[in-house]
This record gives sequence, structure tokens and C-alpha cells, in this order.
Amino acid sequence: MKAPEHPSPAGLVGPAQTSAAAGAAASGAAGEPAAHGAAEGEPDEEPESEPPPGRSWVERLYLREIASGLARTFRHLVLERPFTTDYPDEQLPYNPRARGEHILKVDEQGREKCVACLLCEAACPSKCIRIVVGPSPWPDRERYPVEFEIDMLRCIYCGYCEDACPCDAIELTPKPYSVYDNREAYIYDKEKLKNNYPQDWRERFSGGYGKLTGPPYRGEGGDRSLIR
Amino acid sequence: MSIWALLVIVGILLIVLHIPPGMIWAERKVAARIQGRWGPTRVGPFGLLQPLADAVKLLTKEEVIPRGAERPLYYMGPLLAFVPGALALAVVPFGHDMRVGDTVIQLQIADLHVGVLFVLALTSLAVYGLAFGGWSSDSKYPLLGGLRSSAQMVSYEVALGLAVVAVIMSAGTVSIREMVLAQQELLFGFLPAWNVFFQPVAALIFLVAAFAENNRLPFDMPEAEAELVGGYHTEYSGMKFGMFFLGEYVAMTVMSAVMVSLFFGGWGLPGLTDPHDTSVGNALVSAAVFLVKVAALLFFYIWVRWTLPRFRYDQLMRLGWKVLIPLALANVVVTGLFGVL
Repeated sequence: MKAPEHPSPAGLVGPAQTSAAAGAAASGAAGEPAAHGAAEGEPDEEPESEPPPGRSWVERLYLREIASGLARTFRHLVLERPFTTDYPDEQLPYNPRARGEHILKVDEQGREKCVACLLCEAACPSKCIRIVVGPSPWPDRERYPVEFEIDMLRCIYCGYCEDACPCDAIELTPKPYSVYDNREAYIYDKEKLKNNYPQDWRERFSGGYGKLTGPPYRGEGGDRSLIR
Repeated sequence: MSIWALLVIVGILLIVLHIPPGMIWAERKVAARIQGRWGPTRVGPFGLLQPLADAVKLLTKEEVIPRGAERPLYYMGPLLAFVPGALALAVVPFGHDMRVGDTVIQLQIADLHVGVLFVLALTSLAVYGLAFGGWSSDSKYPLLGGLRSSAQMVSYEVALGLAVVAVIMSAGTVSIREMVLAQQELLFGFLPAWNVFFQPVAALIFLVAAFAENNRLPFDMPEAEAELVGGYHTEYSGMKFGMFFLGEYVAMTVMSAVMVSLFFGGWGLPGLTDPHDTSVGNALVSAAVFLVKVAALLFFYIWVRWTLPRFRYDQLMRLGWKVLIPLALANVVVTGLFGVL
């Protein structure tokens, strides 16, 4: 009797009714175990925990799961290539915006761009820059640095010197670190700073993140190849 | 004793003593590759000399002995973990007989009539090494590790023995040599007549129990480095620690060799080896087959170790007593019924 009647009213009231019923059922289902658990304490915490109910003994053998786990590890073993970087021998390239050791830029004639304005020295929070000012030997500027030293042990690689420089003469490169066996070696003089990294490294980083194009650069001292 | 028997003994000893270094290398390499790493690459090609470097390190390390240690037992622990396991290999046939001139040489150190029982007796002795080492260290974590290992090994010994009982019943012999010989025929013309096909349940129980006996993951309760620092060998250093290590791998080798002999046809592989041929070539091939089978099982040990997580202690005990032992008993009964019919 009901079956033929059912379709026509269901089209009108059906959805609202069913969703309300479903909502009630859901809230009941959600609320009931919570109250249950609070009243009786956590049933999961008994020491000899029984497997969750509703699984047959075949499922509880976990043979399929063990087999799939073995298959997974075997796939890793034979198919997948390790993604380890063989660290000291190969190193991941740094982001071109990483702040590493400095470089003193030179112009087309190989002269340092620095005009010895001492702004970087003033901006440096760790006072690691030492500049000796002298009269410039070139006609296009008045002063140039006779000596330019950065103590890499004091430097905190904040990049303020680069920000302060009015003529882009000092730059922080992504060259990550250097290792020496004496402290004096960490005080970089002008020549060392000029040749600390390729002058054109920005152009060679044209490939975007981590892609230094051109011939691989090999640092000096304790530094190993920067880019594979 | 003939010179040949001596040669066989030396040869088997040499093979067995070279397995642990290989296992150390394989374990590190397989573990690394499963985890997406390279593993040892620095020492020798493919890091093959890594075990050598490890051995040099262990030998030259300072040996620290805890002040409260019970000296005699403390010294005996590593030895007891190593020697009985290695002894059990005496009754395992490494290959088919070979005839040189008039003498027939068995590639087996001792053909005991009670070979299976001998193996069971000796492998269960290893528990003393772990228990002694754990107790004599005068430290709480080794003690707990030793306790756990005793309980675990005693529990799984039962299941192991019962699994073997079923095999003995169906094979009708206790001599490993005869068991292996009985497995050389073909079944239905294509299937090797290995016991694993007659006794699959026993084979599974034996496998699980063997993992537990050797304290390998997923049953490495006695070590459980996350809970017990290092378990029974926490207070050991230098070569004494190395002996525990060696003992573990030798025990695994023994278990694998015994399992190959009991369930997987020993040195036989239909098509490659001929049980009626006693030539030297056939014997060497059979020995190679045997070693390959053992190596495959050893790989399985490593593979499982890096796949399955560790059981909890109560789960371990429940599996042993409430699942494996009843199952093994039922298997014995069913085997008996089949034997009567």
C-alpha cells in the first residue's frame, strides 16, 4: 500500500525529512560515544588491547597488509634511487638570494667600484669592515680604499653593507662558508674580496633557483665545488 | 677422522665466519636503500669493506666493564651467545655427498641421527648468553632486556619445537640428512617435494618462531632500542659487543640453514642437482644451491626487519602462547590423523 504512494510525496518533503533525520542520527552517533567514554573511562587503554571489533580472524592475520608492506619496501629497495646528496662531494646549490660571503665588485677596467665613502663600515653592526682611505689614482673619483678588510669571523652576514653602499661596490654572494685552520685567514683583504666569487655570478644564476649556469665554479681554500 | 672431514669442517667454518660480515654489509645497504639512502659507500667499492672497518673499530675500542658487573658471567655472556649457535651448524648438510676416489665425503660435519633435536637444543642455549649478559651487567636496562629475551625465547621455543614435530612426523626421521634426501623427489612431476608444500602451516610457524628466537624485528623485544637503550648488550663495548653481534648473525644463519634443510629441500633443486649423482661437480652445485637458499632467507630476515614495526610485549606473548602454540598443536594433530589414514 505504501510503496506506490511513497514516490510522489517524497519528491516534496523527502529531502528535508531525510536530511533532518540524518542530522539527528549523526549528532546522536557523535554524542553518544563521547558521553560513553567520559562515563566509563577510556576503553582503549586496557593493557591487553583487543583488536578493533568487526574484523574477521582472516583480516586479523594481517597477511595482506604484511604482504603489501613487504612489496612497498621491496619497491623502494630495487626501483627507487636514493635521493641522498653525497654531502662533502656534492652540494646542493644555495638560493641566489642567500647571504654568504662578500665580494668587492670591479668595473670594466678591473678597478674596484668602491669610492671609500665608509657607509658600509658605518652600517656594519658587528664592526667587521676596516677601510683605509686614500686619494684615488683615477681621475673619475676622489677617494678609493687603499685597504679593505672584512673579518669573516665577526661578520654576521646581515647584508647591511650591501644596502648601504651607494655604488653597488659590495655584494653578498651565496658562497656559503669557508674553512681555514687559522684565524688570520678569515680576515679577507681587498684582493681576496675581489676574487672571492665570480664577478658575474648573478648572470650565471640566470636559471632561477639554484641553477648556476656556465662552467662550474670551484672555490679556493677549504671550499669544495659549490655547484655540481 | 680423515683429512677430508677436517677439510669439510674448515670449509664450513670459513663459510660461516664470512657470513656475519656479509650480513652486516647487506643489512646496512638494504636498510639504506629501503629508506632511500645510499648506505655505506666510502670504505671500498660499494662500501664492501665496511664490516672490516667496523671490526677494526670494535677491536681497538676501549672495553668498559661496569664496576658492579658479575665478572665470570659477564665474560661468558657473549661467548654463550655465539658458540652454541655456531655449533648447531655441525649437523646441517651443506651439500650432497661427493665421491673422491674410493671415499665418500659428506658435506656435513656430523650426521647425527637426532640432528633436529641437536639443533633445537643448541639454539635454545643461546638464551643463556642473553640472560647472563643482561643480568651480570648490573644495570637495569640490560636486566630488562635479558628478562624479556628469556621469556620470549622460552615461549617461542615451544612453537618452534611443535612445528618441527609435525615435520618429523611427516618425514618419519629425525636426521636432517635423511630429511633433505627425502625432499629430492618431484611432486606431480613439476613441484619439488619440499616439506613446505606438505607442511605449510608448520613452515609459517617455524618462520615466525625463528624470527622470535633470533630476536629480530618484529620481535626484537630484548633489544628494543627505543625502550631499553640497547637491551642485554647495553653495557658491553668493544669486541664483547661484537661477539653479541656475531652471535646474532650466526644464529640467523643457523636458523636459515635449518629452515632450508627442513622445509625448502636443503641443497636440492630439481633440474640443477641430482640426488643419485655423487660426483664432485654435483656436490659443489648442490652446496651453491644451499648457500643461495640460505642467503635468500637471510635477505628475507633483513627485508622483514625494515618493513614491520616492533610488536608490543603483551602482543608478542599473546601471539606466541595463544596463536602459534595452539596452531602448532592442531597442526601436529592433523598431521597425525593424516599419518594414520
